[in-house]
Amino acid sequence: MNQFLSLLLNGISLGAIYALIALGFVIIFKASEVVSFTHGSLLLLGAYSIARLSDSIGFLPAVLVGLLVTALAALLVERLIINRLRGAPVISLAIVTIGVDIILLTELIRRIGPDILNVPHPWGGDSVRIGGVGISENRLIAMGVAGVLIVAFFVAFKYSSWGVAMRASAEDGEAAALMGIRQGRVSALAWIVAGVLAGVAALFLVGAPTPGVSAAAYTVALRAFPAAILGGLDSTGGALVGGLLIGITEAMAAGYQEQLSFLGRGFGEVAPYVVMIIVLLVRPSGLFGTKELTRV
Amino acid sequence: MLSIDSLRVTYGGAVEAVRGVSMEVPDGAVVAVLGSNGAGKSTLLRTISGTLRLHRGRVDEGTVRFEDTDLTRRDPGQIVRRGIVQVPEGRRIFGRLTVEENLRAGGMGNRDRAAKAQAVTRVHDLFPVLRERSGQRAGLLSGGEQQMLAIGRALMASPRLLLLDEPSLGLAPRVIGQIGEVIAEINRQGTSVLLVEQNATMALGVADRAYVLDVGRVSLSGDARELAGTDEVQRLYLGHGAALEQRVERAPRRTLSRWTA
Repeated sequence: MNQFLSLLLNGISLGAIYALIALGFVIIFKASEVVSFTHGSLLLLGAYSIARLSDSIGFLPAVLVGLLVTALAALLVERLIINRLRGAPVISLAIVTIGVDIILLTELIRRIGPDILNVPHPWGGDSVRIGGVGISENRLIAMGVAGVLIVAFFVAFKYSSWGVAMRASAEDGEAAALMGIRQGRVSALAWIVAGVLAGVAALFLVGAPTPGVSAAAYTVALRAFPAAILGGLDSTGGALVGGLLIGITEAMAAGYQEQLSFLGRGFGEVAPYVVMIIVLLVRPSGLFGTKELTRV
Repeated sequence: MLSIDSLRVTYGGAVEAVRGVSMEVPDGAVVAVLGSNGAGKSTLLRTISGTLRLHRGRVDEGTVRFEDTDLTRRDPGQIVRRGIVQVPEGRRIFGRLTVEENLRAGGMGNRDRAAKAQAVTRVHDLFPVLRERSGQRAGLLSGGEQQMLAIGRALMASPRLLLLDEPSLGLAPRVIGQIGEVIAEINRQGTSVLLVEQNATMALGVADRAYVLDVGRVSLSGDARELAGTDEVQRLYLGHGAALEQRVERAPRRTLSRWTA
């Protein structure tokens, strides 16, 4: 029972981080109608910046600069590429983002090399026990921060002018333009928010129990992709549920490896994709996605 | 206030939808533009609002002037901020947003807080139903209520010139009558109106001046009441006497520009 609770808690904390990344996917999709595959390298860029800068300027400033760098990189992708290709087919745009991703990723891997860069989190690698259930401090803090950010995001999305403008232009871009809503600005802001969320996710993903920043951090962002898809690519609530679902699945599959050994080792790595495929077979537009999505 | 001079617009570099149209909307007036499908009415409004580009359309010639600025080089946001707001054809309200959020979205181009508050009061006074339904999803409103919301949403930007694209489309005759009264009231409150319609009875009832568009050209223009009396308008738009032959002959050209639009 304790093992189950522990896996559940760890799964939720991992899922909260996935949810941050998935929210980014979703708002970019809503604002720019782009399925953005750049997230993996943006995340790695954030983690790399934080790790590299921590030694010279200290942890907290490094985090702030790291978030700024990912936000800026996301904004540049939007301004220099996506915004100029407005109206291009969704598939072309997706392929373009894959191209950007590969370029950025290649450069980052070259810089990181075979090393594992250490991020000196002040909370270190310690674990805490809550009623017999163990979790790393890093993941616990991640869960709290992600929770606050997600709530803040949903409040802004529901009540702020940006949220209303964003939902209006996601629903009918031309009508929104006729109301004087500047789609370019809405879209740019969405990319910035997605960049910051990816940066925060990066900060926690490279902490305990993960050893540090290596090229492998990239694959983590890819796991947030099934989270966004199975929740429904145009649903922010779906991103949250999808993220948690994927996190819990992964933790469970890894924790009960022995019992699942007939599926082979490392099933935890592929479990998110298996869940995504099963969900999509039953609900092609995801758990909370709208059917009209198929028009795109 | 608004003056259009020998305007030519093509879609996709091939289909000419507007072929040399000139018209005037004087300050404080209601001007109607009549015409059947594919006459170029919506294209005209898209040109004024700056959304041609979204439809792969382009101004080849001519100018659209609002007071002293040429609008053909401006983007939709700038045009809204100058005081021209469009209620698009088919209402195009944001169905997944609430009524209140739709009005908020309409006020995005309006930076002046006091003006926005005033606009809300004006919209609620014109359409009390929007106040009652403010928390409801707009997609659940009836057709007539959605049209009122579409007009209310546009008024949130405090326009000086309101463009209406076929507000009577798909509505019951009684509701069309109400829409006509609302347009007259909005005009009485000081907003100029450019009304594009197929329903000539309603349009000529509220308009001061009218233009008849036919396959991208102005075929008739003048005082609304006088126009309502002319044979051509009677025949083509008010349903007295049939001009079937002519219509059938012109049909292919109209559908062509419609499909590619």
